Amino acid sequence: MNVLPSASERLSRHDRTTTGLADEAADTRAALHPGAMASGQQGIAQELLIDARLGRKTRDKAAIADIRDGLALWRLGVSLGWLDIKLRYRGSALGPFWLTLSSAVMVASMGWLYAMLFHIVVRDYLPFLAVSLILWQAGIGGVAGEACDCFINAERTIRSMRMPFTVQVIRTVVRNVIVLGHNVIVPLAVFAIYGLWPGAHALLSLPGLALWLLDGAAACYFLGAICARFRDVPPIIGSLMQIAYYLTPVIWKPSQLGARGWWLPLNPFDPLLEVVRAPLLGTTPSLLIWGAALGYSAVFWLVSWRVFVRARPRIAFWV
Amino acid sequence: MELHQGDLDRAHADGQAPVRGGAFIDVQDLSLDFPLYHGGARSLKKTVLSSVTNRVGGQLGRSGGENDGPEKTRRVVVQALRHLNFQVKSGERLGIVGRNGAGKSSLLRVLGGIYEPVAGRIHVGGTINTLLDTNFGMNLDLTGRENITLRGRYVGLSASGIAALEEDVEAFAALGPFMELPVRLYSSGMVVRLGFGLATAIAPQVLLMDEWFMAGDSKFRDKAHARLETVVRGAEILVLTSHMPGVLQHWCTRLLWLESGHIVADGPVDEIMDRYNAGAPPAL
Ligand SMILES: Nc1ncnc2c1ncn2[C@@H]1O[C@H](COP(=O)(O)OP(=O)(O)OP(=O)(O)O)[C@@H](O)[C@H]1O
Ligand SMILES: [Mg+2]
Repeated sequence: MNVLPSASERLSRHDRTTTGLADEAADTRAALHPGAMASGQQGIAQELLIDARLGRKTRDKAAIADIRDGLALWRLGVSLGWLDIKLRYRGSALGPFWLTLSSAVMVASMGWLYAMLFHIVVRDYLPFLAVSLILWQAGIGGVAGEACDCFINAERTIRSMRMPFTVQVIRTVVRNVIVLGHNVIVPLAVFAIYGLWPGAHALLSLPGLALWLLDGAAACYFLGAICARFRDVPPIIGSLMQIAYYLTPVIWKPSQLGARGWWLPLNPFDPLLEVVRAPLLGTTPSLLIWGAALGYSAVFWLVSWRVFVRARPRIAFWV
Repeated sequence: MELHQGDLDRAHADGQAPVRGGAFIDVQDLSLDFPLYHGGARSLKKTVLSSVTNRVGGQLGRSGGENDGPEKTRRVVVQALRHLNFQVKSGERLGIVGRNGAGKSSLLRVLGGIYEPVAGRIHVGGTINTLLDTNFGMNLDLTGRENITLRGRYVGLSASGIAALEEDVEAFAALGPFMELPVRLYSSGMVVRLGFGLATAIAPQVLLMDEWFMAGDSKFRDKAHARLETVVRGAEILVLTSHMPGVLQHWCTRLLWLESGHIVADGPVDEIMDRYNAGAPPAL
């Protein structure tokens, strides 16, 4: 038996009383993450094995280990995400509700203006706009922007300790979920004002949101790695998302295009937005829409996975 | 060999923890390159453009020069470590010496799994703690307490473990109300007290330490010495870089002499120290 240093002796005793369920998150699967309180945490069997001599198969395995160990550290990712939000709004009286307020102002003014431009009744248009705009801004667009900084922002951590990159991905996703959560108040308020409560039907958007979580994580692996390597990519992504924003039915309804909208299915953001938006507006997305959303997502996951597998060992040199 | 290794991994993954006392470091043919991104190498646009022009240029210039590898010329690297081979057994205290830029810190980072090598294989058995960064890996915008919580989560502690960690670090750092303020507002001495207390509260089997941890001002060193000593004593393997002969002689049982990424010599402290100080070329 090893003599434990006195500094952590108390800690280990403390912990031993609770070993078991509480420690299960950090069980043997976290085999690659370093540093443990030298302690009665018998669960953490740790070793580090990096073999650069073997090719693709070890790279795949290392990427899988990254995801597995990152998921085991999900508490850390969630804490980091919360603290990011807390830091961002530290010292502002409204906190993250500042976002809610600015979104509300934007939805109100755009709803009024575009209802006029498009000659639609505000009552028909505003709920659609509120849902679409919030889902785009705090959802798709927000994630695309933040995914670019996913690893760059964690530069200090990445260079000073070994931590699964997946922790940074969880952190970025959590941050965006929190922001979206605060912004959802705006469409809810619009529904309340017009008495258009979607009721239990809105729960059908949950599978869509789950899909978004996976796509958001994939975006973090993909864009995070590419943007760490090529520093001119974030502005390019910014412009692409700006174009996508206009080409996707966010401020306009697909019905306004009619037959001229044949190209809409070519835009991956259209089905992705629709699977979440439709249930909130009281309709159900067709199987075709769901199929397209899943298909585009699957391709995106595959591409992201390959990029991450290739980039993972290099990210520490890039950030 | 690889198969055997795989079996070992699986055994560990299945929950058979390695027996304490079994820490080891095994480094085989390790090489590390730092890619240097100069000019347009950081830009996707320019990289794509230059790869296109290179290809065109390569085709045009084929009749002329023959020694231009269009792909290779673009990649500039610093060769930080070259073909290192060494093993460290449980109980050994390895010191790393070498001039500035020899690759000492880079080697520690590789052993800690931060930088992945371009060639070779490293295998470290046992829990690892790296004391490398002058900020101890803390986020300066967060409060002291938040940093402690994050570290606790990082090492996979339960809620009660984190509470104990907080208590322990708080007692050592003695920051009082500053614990609730962002680390950025601390004096440099306070940062060191907190970071040092935090880093040394976690006692690993393999401890990787960069020199400056020993090199703080003497007053702080006295205060921290006892605490550091317990952690070092508790670790089965210590790898320490330093320029100070005294420190190395006090802590280490074996020295590894690095020069521009190569191992010059590896052996008992006194012998290597003498040769290093004499600046003598290796006997080989
Ligand atoms: N992030 C980096 N990017 C590029 N080159 C680097 C990087 N870090 C280190 N190097 C290079 O690698 C070599 C080894 O550096 P390292 O920091 O390991 O030296 P060292 O032995 O620790 O030196 P010192 O005694 O000054 O601490 C140096 O030539 C250095 O320029
Ligand atoms: Mg150094």
